[in-house]
Parts: sequence; structure tokens; C-alpha cells
Amino acid sequence: MRREIPILITSVAGLVFAVSYFIPHFPFGESESIFGDWVTIVQAFAIWLGALNLIKVSWEKISRKKADWPFALLIVISLVATLLIGFIDGYRGLNAEPQYSFRDPGTSFDWLFRHVYTALTSTMFSMLAFFVGSASYRAFRARNLQATLLLIAGFFVMGGRVPLLDQMIAPIWDYPFFSHLADWIMTFPNTAGQRAIMIGIALGVMSSSLRIILGIERSHVGGGTR
Amino acid sequence: MMATMATIATVVVGLTLIYVLYRTIKGRPVERRIVFVYIAFSVILPLMMQISPPLPITGDVLKVYDNIKVLQPGSKVLCAFDYDPPSAPELQPMAVAFMKYAFKHDLKVIIMGLWPQGPQQAQMAVEEAMLDPEVAAKNLQEGIDWVNLGFQSGNEFVIQSMGSEFKRMFPKDDRLVPYDSIPLMKNVVNFSNIDYVMNFSSGKPGTVEWVQIGVDRFGVKMSAGNTAVQAPMVYPYLRAGQLLGILGGMSGAAEFEKVLDEEGDASTFLLAQMFAHATVIAFIIIGNIAFFIGGRRKKITTPQVK
Repeated sequence: MRREIPILITSVAGLVFAVSYFIPHFPFGESESIFGDWVTIVQAFAIWLGALNLIKVSWEKISRKKADWPFALLIVISLVATLLIGFIDGYRGLNAEPQYSFRDPGTSFDWLFRHVYTALTSTMFSMLAFFVGSASYRAFRARNLQATLLLIAGFFVMGGRVPLLDQMIAPIWDYPFFSHLADWIMTFPNTAGQRAIMIGIALGVMSSSLRIILGIERSHVGGGTR
Repeated sequence: MMATMATIATVVVGLTLIYVLYRTIKGRPVERRIVFVYIAFSVILPLMMQISPPLPITGDVLKVYDNIKVLQPGSKVLCAFDYDPPSAPELQPMAVAFMKYAFKHDLKVIIMGLWPQGPQQAQMAVEEAMLDPEVAAKNLQEGIDWVNLGFQSGNEFVIQSMGSEFKRMFPKDDRLVPYDSIPLMKNVVNFSNIDYVMNFSSGKPGTVEWVQIGVDRFGVKMSAGNTAVQAPMVYPYLRAGQLLGILGGMSGAAEFEKVLDEEGDASTFLLAQMFAHATVIAFIIIGNIAFFIGGRRKKITTPQVK
């Protein structure tokens, strides 16, 4: 029963969503709405599940003093502190007149978001620029035809999406040639490639979905393929 | 003074690249941390310069402009903020420029987010737009001229439910005001009451989900502002006419600011991106010259920093 019920729910929900796209009337339309609300609720719970899992994993690391355990401790402290601040702001907001949200400007949670979270996440993301720079020097080589084509396309897109190459040729030709070239690469070769990938993914998703709906694929409930 | 010094420093940094080329050809490649210093300079120095590079407006950005300029005062525009702070340098300038335009042209803006951080990014965009004297003079009221419905979990299912009724997904706005008490939301039941959708997105859920559910199923008119990483993935929707226009990356943001005549951060950031691209291209060229001159004898690897 531990597997049969989840498989049954998956099959019914999958069938309802598939059929309601073509027949958006009673009972499929209504059922789709109900399952849609379920998804929203389950996803909200999944956020909690993720947070609890993070605490569990980090706590194990701390209690066994594994490598880098101080970072795990920092994660737990940050998580709990952010939650507490959000709850306190939310509680105050609910009891204020007029009511306000924990995210509203002027709350401690908003201050954390603007001055701590934003700075930290932006710093992490901006590291990419350094790694791309390093990789461009050490790894981007025209070793074969495919790599050469990729490098040439990358060169023109990087130089054309910003007014770099156009500015370099401006003294002799005042026409945004490289901008238009980058635009052409994005619009035609890129679109063609992306469409091929999208169609391939869609076919894969369809076949996987069918296998899950029909109960052939059971790995998502801890079983293998039937 | 600062701008002149930054320009001189840029020239010096550029010249030192010749030395890097020489060293690399001789089989003595520079360390990784030296490359990092080059990248840091290429991003920081342009931010001190007061130069606006000439920028042609591409067709994709013009399409966005052409579609929003026909919106009549009072038109209801749904703005979906589906990104977080790491993507803000590219997307926030687009959002600010759009907000300024919308407020100046009396469009009614309804904000929502499929990302938890989205509504706060929207709040910051609104605050910045409000600093514009022309916008400030209008004395716009939250709930009447604009509303922030906040975040709702559920990804594409939120869009799907909004197709039947917005209120189901957003019973209260971000300031806990009940849906029925918001003057702007009076007579707004679902997408059929929305004139235009503008999506700012950096991943999933985002533009792809909005196109698949909002556009294909409910027929909304939509344009999107995307990060440079995501833009190539949504181009097929533009060619198919499902998206009316795309603002792609920093250049898209700068072009959008230019076409709206709302110069902002993107124009400055674009210069930094231009220099960073130039540095990356220079390193690619240096690496490949050394690779070919070396007769592919050995792979170029930088000494690892211990």
C-alpha cells in the first residue's frame, strides 16, 4: 500500500491534467483546479521539508565534528535567525493597525534581504565572471571543428551583444554590423538549435510521463522499472 | 579626474596583456589569480568612467517598445517578477525603466512573483521609479495605481489557477490587504481583464512557464526581460510569435532604457560588461595563439595556486 497509493494518485492526477487540456469541462476542469491547488499546497510544504532536511544534515555534521562543521553551524544559525526575524516581523505586522507583511519596507526582514542576502548571493554569482575569465585563458581552445565553430560564434556574440566590435570598426565603417550579426546568430542558428533541443526534451518528458502515469516507471516511489 | 585616471589605468592594463601573450607563448603562462585581477579591473574601472557607448536598438527591444506604447492610460499591466538578487544587475534596470514608463503613462501595474524574492525586487523597482520627479509629481497610490500581490508557491500551477481566478492564488496582497478591498483589483477576475503581461525572469519558473500556460492557454499578450543566460532559450518563442518582444541581458536593458529615454544603471553596467567581454576575448585569443604557436605540443595549464 505504501507504493500503490502514491502510484494511484500520480496516475489519476496525470490523467486529469492531460485530459483537461483537451476537455476543459466538468469533471476534468474542476478536478484540474483541485489538483492544481494541491500542487501549490504540497510545494509550500516542500519548502519546509527542505529547511528541515538542511537542519538535519547540518546537525549531523556538527555533532560528529566532520570537516568544515563550523560552516554547517553558521548555516543553522543563519536559518534559525532569519526564520525568527521573519516570524517576529510577521507577528508584529498582524497585530498592527493597519496590518503589514514581514517583507514590507522598514521591517528587519526587509533589511536582512536588502543588506545581507542581496550582497551575499550577488557575491556568489559574480564569482562566475572570474571562473569564466580563467577558463577562457586555459580551456577555450580551437582543438577541433566543433570547438572552432563554438569559439567563432562565441566571439561574435560576445563582441556583438555589447558595442565592442562595432566601436572598433567605427572609424572605418559606421554601421552596427557586429550587433546585427550577433542578433542574426541568436535569431536563426540559436533558435534552430534550441527548438531541436526543446522538441527532444518534450518527447522525452512525454514518454517518461506516460511511463509514470501507467505505473511502469516506479522509481519516484522507491521502486524500479516494472 | 576619476574618469581620466580610470581611462589611463585601462590603457595600461590593456598593454600588460601583450606581456601576458609573450609569457604564454614562451610556455610560462600566468597564474589563475593574475587572470582574476584582470577580470576585476575590467569590471571596476569602467564603473568609474563617465562614458555611454553608442548603442543600436535591436529589433527585439523595439518590439517590446512598440507593444507597450500602444497601451492606453488606465490599461492594466501584470508584471511578474521571477528573479532574485544575483540576477538583479541585468533585470532590475529593465524593471525600473518599465515601472517609470508605466507610471508616467498612467498604466495600472499589478505585481506578482513566482520566486519568493521577486516581490521584494519589485518593491525596490517601484521605490526607485518613485524617485523620478515626473512620477513623484503624480502622487501615485498603492492599491489604486499599483499593487504588489506578493509571492505564491506552485510554479506554473499558479499561472494556471490565475487563468480562472486571480483571487484563488492571491486572496491578499503583499501588505495583507484582502483582494476584494483593493480598488485596482475591482473587476479583475482573470487574465481576460489584463491588457498586457511583462515578465522579468532569470530561470524556472519564469518566461517559459508563462508562455506555455499564460500565452498558449489563456492568450495573454506578453513580452519578457531575461538574463543573457536565459535569453537564448526563449528566442524560439519570439520567432513563433508567442512572445511579443525580448529584452535580453544587460544590452537589452540598456537598449530598453535608451528607447524609453530613461537612462539608468544598465547603460553604466553595459560599459563594464563591454570591458569584461573584451578581456575574456583577449584571453581566448592569447590562449589560442599560444596553443597554435606551440604546435599543439603541450596543453597550456596555469600553475595552480596552493
